[in-house]
Amino acid sequence: MNLSDQITAAWNWLTASAHWSGADGIPHRLLEHLGYSALALAIAALIALPLGALVGHTGRGGFLVVSVANLARAVPTLGLLLLVVTVTSIGLTPVIVPLIALATPPILVNTYEGIRSVDADIKDAAIGMGMKGPGVLLKAEVPVAMPLILLGLRTAAIQVVATATIAAYAGIGGLGRYIVDGLARKDYPSVVGGSVLVVLLAVAVQLAFIGVRRACVSEGLRGSSRTS
Amino acid sequence: MTALATGSGEPLIRWSWVGDHTGELTTLTLHHLKLALLPIVFGLVIAIPLGIMCVRWRWLYPPTLGVANVLYGVPSLALFMLFIPYFGIGSGGQADFTIILPLTVFSLSVLVPNVVDGLRSVPDPVRQAATAMGFGTLRRLIQVELPIAVPVVIAGARVAAVASISLVSVGVLIGNGGLGQLFIDGYSRDFTTPIIVSCVLIVALALLSDGVLVAAQRLLTPWARTRRKAG
Repeated sequence: MNLSDQITAAWNWLTASAHWSGADGIPHRLLEHLGYSALALAIAALIALPLGALVGHTGRGGFLVVSVANLARAVPTLGLLLLVVTVTSIGLTPVIVPLIALATPPILVNTYEGIRSVDADIKDAAIGMGMKGPGVLLKAEVPVAMPLILLGLRTAAIQVVATATIAAYAGIGGLGRYIVDGLARKDYPSVVGGSVLVVLLAVAVQLAFIGVRRACVSEGLRGSSRTS
Repeated sequence: MTALATGSGEPLIRWSWVGDHTGELTTLTLHHLKLALLPIVFGLVIAIPLGIMCVRWRWLYPPTLGVANVLYGVPSLALFMLFIPYFGIGSGGQADFTIILPLTVFSLSVLVPNVVDGLRSVPDPVRQAATAMGFGTLRRLIQVELPIAVPVVIAGARVAAVASISLVSVGVLIGNGGLGQLFIDGYSRDFTTPIIVSCVLIVALALLSDGVLVAAQRLLTPWARTRRKAG
């Protein structure tokens, strides 16, 4: 099967009306996929944003946090999933735990780097205006670091959306069902169609973050830097 | 460690299994390294000229970056699937390209933006000084701009290498995952030892390759050591 045949087959699969309704329909699977992704991202953000901000603000433990985060990036998500499935059982936990492990490092590192690299003059000015530690952090450092913080969230969100396909291996739904079941049945149009949906979702997430960036980043900071 | 036990009364890690399987572990580790690192080598070979072109012809960069961002979001398993019709399923020989080529594509999505950012980080006065010293475009590129871009390029290579080492294991789902083979081995037998051992080895490989890249950066940028933190 060459590339154009693959594209035609995937297009026919995507546009077949039978694939658009019911529990195995695309809308339902898409919502499941978004649900797992959003839950994992929210928990990761709850862990990583305060920790990154605190470490960046105080300047203590930065090396440790970055080292641990980079180590965590190397942990294979599939291995972690199968390990948690083996130790516990099939269900939501084995899906969410590896996704949190995947999403936390980029948010943590970018938040830390963003807060840490805020210009000392800005912090001095904030202190000069009578702000205390938390005020400096929330009113001066966080807004200035916002582009990098959002970049970390965006990287995490895209990785989570792409990787949530593994939910199918823990016996639950999401768009990964089309890929995993298609692979088992040698139904390649289903595999390619499911993959296309995941890619479209990842692109939608990127576009959403462009909107969030417009809304959350102060005008004076537009066109700012990127790392990792 | 062995005190921790799963429901079945089996310890999380049975150390004797590790001793009995050193040969298999070595083979899988070496194969894993090959599958993970060839994509980084291929990626650098493609990304450096592509990045140079994107800096030279500015209009080329926005579409390239767009494609790179889309590719970054493709599930690695889906990328593997695309190459099955061309190189087949299995481990070793031609089938290895079913893993290596998709990971090359993935590494490009990280490397190309870093090459471009690295080249753009060259300060204008430096470029002008090189021109004033009589450097032509090509010589300036090779002797001045690329060396200055090295830290940013290597930062990208580190991210790509760690991701690649971790992603190879997904290949087990199509029968070629290096150390990831042990995930399914353990999972299908409800036996945690192979899963934990392969995860630990994968993290160790990532640390090792990261260390090698940091060392390469130190070798390639000797001036950074004499001058504190060049940025």
